[in-house]
Amino acid sequence: MTAHLSHDPILAGDHDYKSVTRKIADVPLAPRLGKGWLAGFGLAFSLLMVMMMSITVLLTYGVGVWGLNVPVAWGFAIINFGWWIGIGHAGTLISAILLLFRQEWRTSINRFAEAMTLFAVSCAGLFPLLHLGRIWKFFYLMPHPNTLELWPQWRSPLVWDVFAVSTYGAISAVFWYIGLVPDLATLRDRATHPALKMIYGLFALGWRNSARHWHRYQMSYLLLAGLATPLVISVHTIVSFDFSVSILPGWHATIFPPYFVAGAVFAGFAMVLTLVIPLRAAYKWHDMITDRHLENMGKILLVTGLIVVYGYSMEAFTAWYSANPYEQFMMKNRMWGGPYAPMYWALILCNATVPQLMWFKACRRNVYVLFMVAMFVNTGMWLERYVIVITSLHRDALPSSWGMYSGTFWDWTLYIGTLGLFVTMLFLFVRILPAISMFEMRELVWHHGKHEEAGGVADAEVHS
Amino acid sequence: MSMPAPPITAATADRPLWGVLAEFDSPESLTAAAEKTRQAGYKRFDCFTPFPFDGLSDAMGLKPTRLPLLVLAAAIAGGVGGYMMQYISAVQLYPIVVSGKPLHSWPAFIPITFECAVLAAGLTAVGAMIVRNGLPQPYHPLFNHEGFIRGSESAFFLAIEAEDPAFDRQATQAFLRELGASEVVEIEP
Repeated sequence: MTAHLSHDPILAGDHDYKSVTRKIADVPLAPRLGKGWLAGFGLAFSLLMVMMMSITVLLTYGVGVWGLNVPVAWGFAIINFGWWIGIGHAGTLISAILLLFRQEWRTSINRFAEAMTLFAVSCAGLFPLLHLGRIWKFFYLMPHPNTLELWPQWRSPLVWDVFAVSTYGAISAVFWYIGLVPDLATLRDRATHPALKMIYGLFALGWRNSARHWHRYQMSYLLLAGLATPLVISVHTIVSFDFSVSILPGWHATIFPPYFVAGAVFAGFAMVLTLVIPLRAAYKWHDMITDRHLENMGKILLVTGLIVVYGYSMEAFTAWYSANPYEQFMMKNRMWGGPYAPMYWALILCNATVPQLMWFKACRRNVYVLFMVAMFVNTGMWLERYVIVITSLHRDALPSSWGMYSGTFWDWTLYIGTLGLFVTMLFLFVRILPAISMFEMRELVWHHGKHEEAGGVADAEVHS
Repeated sequence: MSMPAPPITAATADRPLWGVLAEFDSPESLTAAAEKTRQAGYKRFDCFTPFPFDGLSDAMGLKPTRLPLLVLAAAIAGGVGGYMMQYISAVQLYPIVVSGKPLHSWPAFIPITFECAVLAAGLTAVGAMIVRNGLPQPYHPLFNHEGFIRGSESAFFLAIEAEDPAFDRQATQAFLRELGASEVVEIEP
């Protein structure tokens, strides 16, 4: 264990509690905005403005500005919703599931990944709202006292989505905030400007590192991790129910819940890689977000990618094995002969072929290859939702209902705009809050110190 | 960073005291000190660490927290509440037949029940922890001590409150120095 640690450490370099804290705290407490940060933020903010413009046009002219029509009555809105929610799942997996599995390497990426989840869920939540048409009636989806004595239709997966995504957003926010409290206290103590001290102090709730507080804190953190794990699985399962509870060929498949959850983790880790690689380069955090972290993420990408490939195979196999003519036609239409066949094969290239590079250690250790694979997977997962939604809807059981779909200018600007919203929030987060969990890094410093003293006694516990 | 302890003269001996703060240099020495403090009969004391670690809670004699029970109770309440909300509204208040399913379509009620349970449990896990820790608590006498603030990133402290029945101004400070504290400071309220 010691040899493994010293050759391939999770925390490289000569760090102690102070150096690890300062390296992270120096970013939010820096007196000036860096040029690089300003440039990136400016770009992201302009995309955010594109989003605002797109939403304004949508609200003024109605859903007709999108490409939706019969038969494809669900288009980019549900595709983007599924894509964003899927991305969010990696954050919770890193924060919660890796904690329960006592994986130390989660430490330097979990804060950032959890923030990514929150922002991804925010972007996702826009779409169900905006696609309503009469979005000022959005509260009909929630149970509330009203003169019509109206209640939501509980048997609908769309109502289940409301509860699932709201719960997921609330629990993620709370989990993230609670993880921040001790670090906000550190920022309060290290800040010199009185206004900063007061603001950080306000949100730090007066945290003073008391052991009696840590005692309960540990337990609540563990409980939240234990709750977030089934939650994250249930959320994307319920999103998959949006499709699988229907009877449409290509949607009505029992493989959907596990296949969607694995796909979500797949997409999420690709996004984490896409973000973390530039982040560590920008702030020179290579000793805290090491090559080993990136390699581990590459391995998870491989595993979840293989599960997703299994999902594709099962779809094709079940379609053939079922001897159901509609199911078989759906598959044929997707794979060859149909107008969207190129999308399907692009999807297979992005999700099934390119990630196989992750079998090779040299690729897993190469930052450029990792980044490229991550971008392919990001694209591939979007294409997957596209193929699932569009190909099943555009040619279903009745040929007279067949039609075509393509995204309009406003569909695309809204999607790109939400990318702008996401990146804007990330830039703000990185500048205002510590992007790596300081107290957990200090724990890691202590653990490594103990490892070296004990001469290789395995002690993989992150929390007690 | 080290400040000399103020000499205890006749003039300073009359100042009211919140307690004394001792600094230690490692988690291990703090844990040992906490154990001895507890054995010496002190009850109103606390340790301060820049990160949580094993062994300190036991050394301090902290009882296991009741948080898991509260969270379980909240989960059950949330789940039952979510289920009953659906049942009463779907079966009695606003019954509509959807896809030929019976009014009490309990399999369809499961997802929302689960989500309500998790929401209630999660919010309780956080809320109860914050409340039971007595937070938010913007003021604490220790925040007046420069060394405590500077040490929040890397230092390990043990503080014994003056309200503890076993507290004695001179004896407690001597006791802490014996335990190996690198410095012992008096803290005013």
